[in-house]
Amino acid sequence: MVDYPIVKTTDIKAAVDALKQKFPDAIQDDTRQGYGGIIVDKNHLVEVATALRDDFGFDYLSSATAVDYLGISDHMEMVYHAYRTAGGPALVFKAQTPRDKPEIPSLINVWPGADFQEREAWDLYGIKFPGHPNLKRILLWDGFDGHPMRKDWQEAYYEEDHKPFESRWPGGWVHRAEERNIYGKNVKYPADFDLSKLSDTSEESHYADLGLGVSVQKLADESHIKTDRLVVNMGPHHPSTHGVFRMIVTLNGETIEKLEPVMGYLHRNHEKIGERNTFLHNMPFTDRLDYLSSMGNNLGYALAVEQLLANGARYQPPTYRAECIRVLMVELTRIVNHLWAIGFLLNDLGAFFTPALYAIAEREKILDFFEATAGSRMMCNYMRFGGVFKDLPERIRGEATRVNDLVRDYDTMEFLTELINERLPRSIDELDQYLTDSEIIKSRTVGVGYLSPEMAIAYSAAGPLLRASGVPYDVRRADPYSIYPELDFDVAVRYNGDIYDRYLIRLDEMRESLRILKQILPRLERTRGEAIFAGNKQHTPRVPLGEAYGRVENPKGELGFYVVSAGDEKGPQNPWRYHVRAPSFISLTALGPMCIGHKVADVVAILGSIDIVLGETDR
Amino acid sequence: MYGQGILKGLWVTFRHFVNTYVDDIRYAGRKYLRQENFAIRQGLKAQGAFTVQYPDEKLAVPERFRFTPFLVVNDPDHPEAPGDDWCTSCGICAKVCPPQCIWIVRGSDPTTGRPVPQPEAFFIDIDICMNCGFCAEFCPFDAIKMDHNYELASYDRTSHHIHDKQYLSRPLSYWKTIAPTTALEEAVARGGWEHPDVLKAMKKAGQTAVTPTWDNMFTKPEPAAKPLPPAESADEDPAKAERLRKREEALARKRAAEAGEPAQPAAAAVEASAPAPAAPTADKPKFDKQAMLEKIRQRKADKG
Repeated sequence: MVDYPIVKTTDIKAAVDALKQKFPDAIQDDTRQGYGGIIVDKNHLVEVATALRDDFGFDYLSSATAVDYLGISDHMEMVYHAYRTAGGPALVFKAQTPRDKPEIPSLINVWPGADFQEREAWDLYGIKFPGHPNLKRILLWDGFDGHPMRKDWQEAYYEEDHKPFESRWPGGWVHRAEERNIYGKNVKYPADFDLSKLSDTSEESHYADLGLGVSVQKLADESHIKTDRLVVNMGPHHPSTHGVFRMIVTLNGETIEKLEPVMGYLHRNHEKIGERNTFLHNMPFTDRLDYLSSMGNNLGYALAVEQLLANGARYQPPTYRAECIRVLMVELTRIVNHLWAIGFLLNDLGAFFTPALYAIAEREKILDFFEATAGSRMMCNYMRFGGVFKDLPERIRGEATRVNDLVRDYDTMEFLTELINERLPRSIDELDQYLTDSEIIKSRTVGVGYLSPEMAIAYSAAGPLLRASGVPYDVRRADPYSIYPELDFDVAVRYNGDIYDRYLIRLDEMRESLRILKQILPRLERTRGEAIFAGNKQHTPRVPLGEAYGRVENPKGELGFYVVSAGDEKGPQNPWRYHVRAPSFISLTALGPMCIGHKVADVVAILGSIDIVLGETDR
Repeated sequence: MYGQGILKGLWVTFRHFVNTYVDDIRYAGRKYLRQENFAIRQGLKAQGAFTVQYPDEKLAVPERFRFTPFLVVNDPDHPEAPGDDWCTSCGICAKVCPPQCIWIVRGSDPTTGRPVPQPEAFFIDIDICMNCGFCAEFCPFDAIKMDHNYELASYDRTSHHIHDKQYLSRPLSYWKTIAPTTALEEAVARGGWEHPDVLKAMKKAGQTAVTPTWDNMFTKPEPAAKPLPPAESADEDPAKAERLRKREEALARKRAAEAGEPAQPAAAAVEASAPAPAAPTADKPKFDKQAMLEKIRQRKADKG
């Protein structure tokens, strides 16, 4: 039985000490410069993780990712960030493995949410996870040669390890990328891969464990109706999948027995690009992750790099006004995203585009404000390390030119006040009145796609998906950042864990966001004219060595950026590792279990209720 | 009663439908006919649908709107240096560009071979540009700005999508038109409407620049009361003149050695470099493509 103290404190150090007491040989501190957390011997990893979950209450695995330290210490390591759903900071633990034969035991039995993340680590780094039941590539296809995130892997259009590229200045004559990198010659296949057999080998793996080949197996069911088991491919080109996403659904009659998501059609190796980039270069790239809520992505990345910069001498944290503007932006983004999510959930249910367009019309008003402030409606690229791009403009006004001549002109603060106090509350109420009581919606959604709170936590579901299952976990409260501690708002929570509650919780969250925005408005008035930058805006800052995990409560759930600065002693200009903990990606782990027992038409609605964006899922 | 929720929803749809026309009646069609009423139609009080009928109607975009970059040059009616580049080819925009779509060839003086603060060539591959606006944000000379023209469709991407210096150059007055507030803010920060280097030279010469205001935004700059001394002027500093002269000599010797000629006396080199530095020298060998091709052909023939 328990022969060591159960640590209930939120103090991570106390938990680590107790853990060391329990596993004296397996654990040591991570003493590298700028690093935190503990390094666990990989042979004891599963026991330590089980103890963390069961005895110390770290029940939520936020992020599991790999890093390749080629040329620094020549090993690979898995980095895990575990949290308590009761709140508090992370316990970071790592397991190291040699580069030539990388193997780390799978944690899928401790946290099922590690499923996709370990498959991603296998896909991109080639780390094997003994114990993982379904370890195959997830983002790339089977015919891909190598593991692209390894430091010694080079892409087809490789120029140099780091930007800025030497060839651009001072003697930079342009040449098109296609001339260097001719179509058809830019692909490599593994040695034993036969392209002509592509349709057989790579597709077979999807059907292998379904217990059937191409032939349809007749089932002698106990019921009177004879049903056939059938495999249906939903997607990749299907309007209900919100992009290019595929679900392999095994049906028994019309009832779903198994669902396997297949993704990666939009994969562009965002993280490898991120390692080639300098720290600031990554900011506009984060816009392209979850392109509906780019302001939130910007903030998450800025927080991560600011954590690193804070170890250096030349960095000053953002001013109060900058923080106010940041919160204003991310809360408006939340409303933008939830309007879109509700609109398209209704599309998925069959209410074709009327609710979606009503929601989008309201979203336009917020985008007008984004456009006038940040310069773009969706690809905002607004946050900087230590502040924001520019202060709010005096007026939201178009400048007429010869062709673009229809001018709008509003005072920014008046526009915001009216938007937040009148227009948005009215339209959210209208959406509520329009949809909430509708019998059709209720009959399609109530009780469908149930996710229990235990499952939601185990599968690392985040955001509205987690909170609609009755887990009041919100990063803004659990691990606060920016000026959220001084703002008054409630964490919206619903308890039924079905599609209907996921719809309702988005309405609740929009109302809570409006509450926050109403508190932000007087703060903006009060700080008018104050600086938005404390220090100097630098374009290529040297970032002190270390690791950082910046996480924000994005509209779709917890968005995390794991950034490592290593290599150059003076402080590198490029991140050594840049990992995105994508809520859309990890929430999909729960899609399969949620769909079992439902009908095909419900799959579309359940996927819609998770609210994914493929730009973020596939990265 | 079953069906009440659906009826409530339908009522909302009906209200939306009616409201679209109520607004039309309230403004008696003016909201479509008059451009001044566009702000009302698109405003927060607008009810119902508020579609903009693109491409018949085109929205004026806000100042900070960013599409593709362009290079600022002096206005064509500038009294001293019409059409001069503001870009000094410092290379910061090429470095901060996240997808690395900017190529710059730094200009050099044909006589001395020293770099001059003007780009010889400037390319932006619009297929690669991600419209982030970093180049404009971090340019220390306000020389690269984001354009508002978002209609760039063309039939052939291989020939039209790499913008060269000629295509990219737009006069400063264009920037003042599309972004007056920002242009004014930047000019106030610089201390005048002119290029920072010109302002620096004016300050050195004891002249004061016109304070930028809304009113003098488009007034033509006055010709300078006395001509500004050239930036590389060596008149007042004998040590600098000496240094320059020695460097010219060294360069001349180097060129002569390359050309395979015996070293010329130093006096000739000084004579050559004494007038305005921009004057082209006669002894610089011009690149003759025809001759070069002939030479290559000759070499091939010898080998074969």
